[in-house]
Amino acid sequence: MKNLILTTAALAITAGAALADGHSVVRMGTEGAYPPYNFLDDNGEVAGFERDLGDELCARAELTCEWVTNEWDSIIPNLVSGNYDVIIAGMSITAERDEVIDFTQAYTQPDPSAYVVLAGNESVDLSSAVIAAQTNTIQASFIAGTGATLVEFATPEETVAAVQAGEADAVLADKSFLAPIADGEADLVMLDQQELIGGGVGMGLRESDGELREAFNAAIQSMKDDGTLNALIAEWEVGEQF
Amino acid sequence: MFDIFSFCADPAVLDTGKWFACYLTTGKHMAFYASFGTVLLLLAITAPTALAFGFGGAAAARSRIAPLRWLGKIYISGVRGIPDIAFFLFFVIALDQGFEWLRHQWLCPDWDQPIRQGNDFVVCAAAKLPLNTADQSVHEWYGFATAILTFAIVFGAFSANVLFGAMRAVPKGQIETAEAYGMTSRQTFWRVIVPQMWVYALPGLSNLWMVLIKATPLLFLLGVEDIVYWARELGGTKQPRFTDYPHGDWRLWYFLALLVFYLAFTKVSEIVLDRIMRRLTLGQATTGGEAQRVAA
Repeated sequence: MKNLILTTAALAITAGAALADGHSVVRMGTEGAYPPYNFLDDNGEVAGFERDLGDELCARAELTCEWVTNEWDSIIPNLVSGNYDVIIAGMSITAERDEVIDFTQAYTQPDPSAYVVLAGNESVDLSSAVIAAQTNTIQASFIAGTGATLVEFATPEETVAAVQAGEADAVLADKSFLAPIADGEADLVMLDQQELIGGGVGMGLRESDGELREAFNAAIQSMKDDGTLNALIAEWEVGEQF
Repeated sequence: MFDIFSFCADPAVLDTGKWFACYLTTGKHMAFYASFGTVLLLLAITAPTALAFGFGGAAAARSRIAPLRWLGKIYISGVRGIPDIAFFLFFVIALDQGFEWLRHQWLCPDWDQPIRQGNDFVVCAAAKLPLNTADQSVHEWYGFATAILTFAIVFGAFSANVLFGAMRAVPKGQIETAEAYGMTSRQTFWRVIVPQMWVYALPGLSNLWMVLIKATPLLFLLGVEDIVYWARELGGTKQPRFTDYPHGDWRLWYFLALLVFYLAFTKVSEIVLDRIMRRLTLGQATTGGEAQRVAA
């Protein structure tokens, strides 16, 4: 085990050195609207689980990183066109996305998706209800495949507001995103029913950027091995530990 | 922490007045206020640029040289026919890639890998625009500049059409007189048509200006954090775990503030445009000009 840590650490360092010319600054693209994964703090800076994680990964891979925000809808087109180098935005690893971009290994366990409804509306029939989800998410494609009516919104915030406004019966999103909302808002409750979709969250990179992907893979592995990743997951409450 | 007031250390214990004083001066709110400046700056630069594009387009469209005329007509009808959203989503990425491709050809002639690798657009590090190593503010200014260029091209096509019509609306007698005085067609254009066309163009141009003001929220599609972006971000429900200033869904209030801003701005524009119109009609062979003569 100790050997493994040493080799991964060594790998991370050499990979980092090899990247020095191609990627002297790695630009990290995130949405900034999906707490606890990523959000803007009171000073307008990117914060959250992925901020802490990304900064640590960059330190381990010896990369200089710069944070930028981008609308969720166009987050993949702007990556492949080179406006930033990494997507670190609570993006679940799916086969569909993997055709367009590459993912590092997952840095969270598959987070079950949960439903939140208005208090008093817990008995709603989810198979025929109107359900809100964010555009281009695993939740949106999941609902599209059921008998329920899907209403899509550009931001996570709007999906919750749609339920509060009565526009949708329920919202389906990652449980770790909905949990603090269901706790904080008196008029919202989380249902017991959960959907196990998605294969964990990873960083998205251009398919042509194999070296950078390996550098981050090694850094994620070293954080998994020494337990720091589990500590971050516990601190930000983003699902199960590794 | 960025705080103007010393008592902002623990907002949870403040009374309402102080809470709001602290809340409205967070770094995020400062970015919101600054974004009003961004929008005004965009308008201040875009309007004259679009007018220049429009003037060029209109002059080209009425050129006697056929290829130039075709170019002008294609620009006007092409851009006017494409939906704004499509233009703002795809054109900007294409424009950016076009610049990088040119720089790549110039700066990295020895590059042996393809630029298009599957979905990826890969140019050498030196050709990136802006450079990856550039400060984030440089990236923001670059985004702002591409936004201006895109707005100028779109609104330039519309104003080209307006100016094209306005040039043809100048009374024929004026042009015949100019020719009778022995002016060349270039002299006629610059000394007779251009000074007189503005009065015919202004109603159309003022419409465009109003539309341009209201189109500024499209900025966010181009990655510029404008007033709508910040209003949405600030107004959204904030849970106590993620902020010192938790609150419910306040988007209504923020968008109300934007409504007031846009209404006030269009009202001021109307007043200014009315004044310009009055000045331009003075001495013109239009009903407006006649009315002013009678009054005087």
